[in-house]
Amino acid sequence: MAEKVFARPASLKDVPTHYCPGCHHGIIHRLVAEVIDELGVQDKAIGVAPVGCSVLCYEYFNVDMQEAAHGRAPAVATGIKRVHPDTVVFTYQGDGDLASIGAAEIVHAAARGEKITTIFVNNAIYGMTGGQMAPTSLIGQITTTSPYGRKEESCGKPIRMSEMLSTLDGAKFIARVAVNNPANMAKAKAAIKKAFEINIKGEGFAMVEVLSICPTNWGMSPIESVTWLEKNMLPYYPLGTFKTEEVAK
Amino acid sequence: MAEKILMKGNEALGEAAVIAGCRHYFGYPITPQSELIEYMAKRLPQVGGVFLQGESEVASINMVYGAAGAGARVMTSSSSPGFSLKQEGVSYIAGAELPCVLVNVQRGGPGLGSIQPGQADYFQATKGGGHGDYRNIVLAPNSVQEIVDTTILAFDLADQYRNPVVILTDGAIGQMMEPVEMREPVASNVEKPWATTGLKGRTETNIVNSLFLQPDVCEKHNQHLQAKYNLITKNEVRYEAIHLEDAELVLVAYGITSRIAISAMEKARKEGIKVGLLRPITLWPFPYQPLEEAAAKAKAFLTIEMSAGQMVEDVRLAVGKDKPVHFYGRTGGMIPSTEEIYNQIVTIAKGGK
Repeated sequence: MAEKVFARPASLKDVPTHYCPGCHHGIIHRLVAEVIDELGVQDKAIGVAPVGCSVLCYEYFNVDMQEAAHGRAPAVATGIKRVHPDTVVFTYQGDGDLASIGAAEIVHAAARGEKITTIFVNNAIYGMTGGQMAPTSLIGQITTTSPYGRKEESCGKPIRMSEMLSTLDGAKFIARVAVNNPANMAKAKAAIKKAFEINIKGEGFAMVEVLSICPTNWGMSPIESVTWLEKNMLPYYPLGTFKTEEVAK
Repeated sequence: MAEKILMKGNEALGEAAVIAGCRHYFGYPITPQSELIEYMAKRLPQVGGVFLQGESEVASINMVYGAAGAGARVMTSSSSPGFSLKQEGVSYIAGAELPCVLVNVQRGGPGLGSIQPGQADYFQATKGGGHGDYRNIVLAPNSVQEIVDTTILAFDLADQYRNPVVILTDGAIGQMMEPVEMREPVASNVEKPWATTGLKGRTETNIVNSLFLQPDVCEKHNQHLQAKYNLITKNEVRYEAIHLEDAELVLVAYGITSRIAISAMEKARKEGIKVGLLRPITLWPFPYQPLEEAAAKAKAFLTIEMSAGQMVEDVRLAVGKDKPVHFYGRTGGMIPSTEEIYNQIVTIAKGGK
C-alpha cells in the first residue's frame, strides 16, 4: 500500500486562490498552514486578514478569521486575543498594510508584547491596487506612483520593519526569510514555526517578514522576479533572525 | 429599592457598562470624556475585565472590532475629534454586524473646536459618519440616571440587532453629578454562534467580514442591513413627551439642552403659554411619527440644540410645511440659558419671528 507523503494541510481550505501566477503568497499560505497543523492548533487559531493582495486569505485558511481594515490587523488581533487569551491569534499582512498605513498599529502591538504572531509579506510594492510605490519599494524602483524611480530625496529610503521592530522589548522573535528557493523555504517554515511557538507559550510578540515577488506588478516573469529579488531585495533586506530570546524557566 | 449614590455622568456610564456585563474596553484619552476611560481603567481589573489604552482612536475602534467579533460585550468612548477618527472602524463594524457600544461625549467643533459641551455631532451619529449605507442606534440620555439605564439598554440592543449602538452625550451630561440608583448586574446570555473563538470542534469556520467583492452579493448584504434597520425603526423609537396634550408650541430638544428647555417650558406655562416638549431619546431611529402627530394639534415647533441646526432637519421632515419649525442654537461649547429659550418661546407665542 502506498504511503501518502504529500497532502494539502488541514489548515488550508480546498479552494482555488486568486493569486497571480508565480506569486509567493500561495507558498507562504501553505507554510503557515503546515505550521498550524504541526503545532496542533488549528482548533484554537484565529487569523486576521489584511487589506491588499491577501485580503481574501480568510477564504483560504481553514481557521476562524476576521477581515480587518487596511493596516489595522494588529489592533483587531489585540481585541481578539484579549477576549480569548487561550487562542492562537495571527495576522497576515503585506508591506503597504503593515509598513505604511498600519505602521502605528504594528509598532504598538509589538511594544505591548501582544501575544500574537504576524506574518509580514514584503514584496516592495502595492499589488492589489496595481503596482504603486510602497514604503518598502527600493531606491530607483519604478512603480506606477514612482514612474521615474523612487528617489531618496523625496521619499526617503525604504523602511526595514524587522530591524525597527526588533528594538522593542515586547518583540520576542523577529526574523526575515525568503521563499526564493527550497532551502530558504525550509528556513522560512522553521522561523514561522518558532514565531507560533512563542505565541503558544505566551511569551510576547513575534513576527516573520517574508520577502516575496510580484511578477505581475514588477512586470517580469516569475523566474526573472526571483532573480530580481536576489539581486536587489536581499542586499537591502538581509535575511536572518533579528530578535530571539529563550525565556528562562 | 437600591441606595442612591452621587456620581458623575461619565463614571455612572462606566459603572453601568460593568453592570451590563461589559468586560472589555479600548479607548484613547480626550477631554471631556476622560473620567470614563479613567473609570474603566480602575474598575475593569476589579471585575476580571480587560482595560487597554490604545495607541490612537483608530487602533481602539479596531480593537473593539476584534473583541466584538470574538463575541465580547465591548465598549469604547471618545469625544468629538476622537470620535471622527473612529468612523472608519464604525463603518466596518456596521458592515460586519458586530455588537458594541460607542460613547461620544460631544464637545464644540469643528476641528479641535472647544472642550466645552456641544451637540454638533448629530449628523455624524445619526446619518452615518463613516462610508456606506449603515445606521447606528443612537441613544441620547439627559440625566445621570438615564445614562445608567440607556447604557444597559445599549448593550442589549447591540446584541439583539448585531449593530453598533452610540450613546451620544455631551460635556455637561458627562461631567455633572447627580444622585443615581444602580441596578443589579445583568446576566447576558446572548448566544453568538457567529463569533470567532477558534474552531473548537466546529467544522465550518466563522468569518467576520464586511467585504463582498461581487456587487450582487454586496447588494444583497445591503438589503439585509436595510431590512434590519427597518425593523429597528419599527421597534425601538423612544422619546419623552411633556404637556403635549394642550401644547400650542412644541419644543424639541435632546440631552442637556432638553433639561434647560424643560425649565424654560415650566416658566412659560406659569405665564399661561401653552408650551410642551418632545424629547427624542433615540436620535436614530428618530421619533418622526410622534412629531407628525403633534403637528396635527400644535401651532408651531421650536428646536433647540447646541449646534447650528442639525436635528432640526429631522423635525422639519416630521412636521412638514404646514406648521412653522423655529430653531434656536448655540455653538462652539456655549450652553443656552433658560432665559434665552424662554425669550424664544415668548417671541413665538406672541406671533413674532
